Amino acid sequence: MGALVYAVLLAAYVVFGAPTHRLGDETVVVLPGENGKIGGVVVRRGFQKEVVLDTAYAASHIGVDGKLKPEQLSPATVQQEYGKTIAALPLKPATFVLYFVTGSDELTQESKSELDQVFAEIRKRPIPDVLLIGHTDTVGDIESNDILSRQRADKVRDILVQAGIKTDRIEVAGRGERELLVPTGDNVEEPRNRGVEINVR
Amino acid sequence: MRGVMTLAGVVLAVAAFGAAADDAGQIKTARGSAQIERDGQRIAVAPGFHVRQSDSIITGDDGTVGVTLADNSRLSIGPNTVVSLDKYSFDTTTYDGQMDASLKKGTLAVISGKLVKHTPGAMRIHTPASIMGVRGTKFIVHVSEPQS
Repeated sequence: MGALVYAVLLAAYVVFGAPTHRLGDETVVVLPGENGKIGGVVVRRGFQKEVVLDTAYAASHIGVDGKLKPEQLSPATVQQEYGKTIAALPLKPATFVLYFVTGSDELTQESKSELDQVFAEIRKRPIPDVLLIGHTDTVGDIESNDILSRQRADKVRDILVQAGIKTDRIEVAGRGERELLVPTGDNVEEPRNRGVEINVR
Repeated sequence: MRGVMTLAGVVLAVAAFGAAADDAGQIKTARGSAQIERDGQRIAVAPGFHVRQSDSIITGDDGTVGVTLADNSRLSIGPNTVVSLDKYSFDTTTYDGQMDASLKKGTLAVISGKLVKHTPGAMRIHTPASIMGVRGTKFIVHVSEPQS
């Protein structure tokens, strides 16, 4: 008898999802993306029909009846209900690539003039963290390019530290010619591969 | 004795590696009452605090927390919320990885990053009643407290 009750409960769980009587309402809402693109969210509940949310303010709701239903929310409702949470989102990470003179850890003239923008992004953040990844083109052997890429990243770190950014907020890596920014064959001069990626978070 | 030393060395090395691998991201914004529960301890958090896999973030009536993860995904946790980061892995070279988070109650906002861009569906949010697969977007999940 006990086994039968258990089997019925298990079947109900499988078909309808978790029991609903102890649950609160659930809402999911998709917002307009920063770049205008919405890849979407798929909401699933047990074996009920899934809801795909892939337009701005498309929402799904699970109420006391335990049914998963699509909905449409207004921007005003979203702001009123979830404004505090949205306001707590961290700033969008900023990315830059600074370029170097061939075979050296000297920044190109153009990249030197971009430094102010990098500093500005870092200073926008009370507790920034900065990731620097150095690269080379495919001229030279792999080992010396590993070293050169790290020297380039270290050079950017030194510039940032001189500008007053704390060393312990900066992480540095060199990828040599192992991860080309622009794919080329071996022994190809490519200015766009002589870069340090900067990720400011 | 030497065997024991070697074993200790291996255990230490594994522990050190594990700690680095567990580091999932950093707290960037924090207001009001906001804590992390880790290994049964509650720790008050502030911007700069490192978040790890298996951490739970808990906020009070006036609390909010914003986190930027290693793949540039961003999360924010609203007031009266409990959310756990059950699983987080991200390979900064291949962009492979996975994220599973559970929202027990309250409000969670998500802007997906490189992980989902590389593998749509690699981020999943679990709630008491449903599972969300994320294909890439900005969205909010809210779980209200059960009415008794």
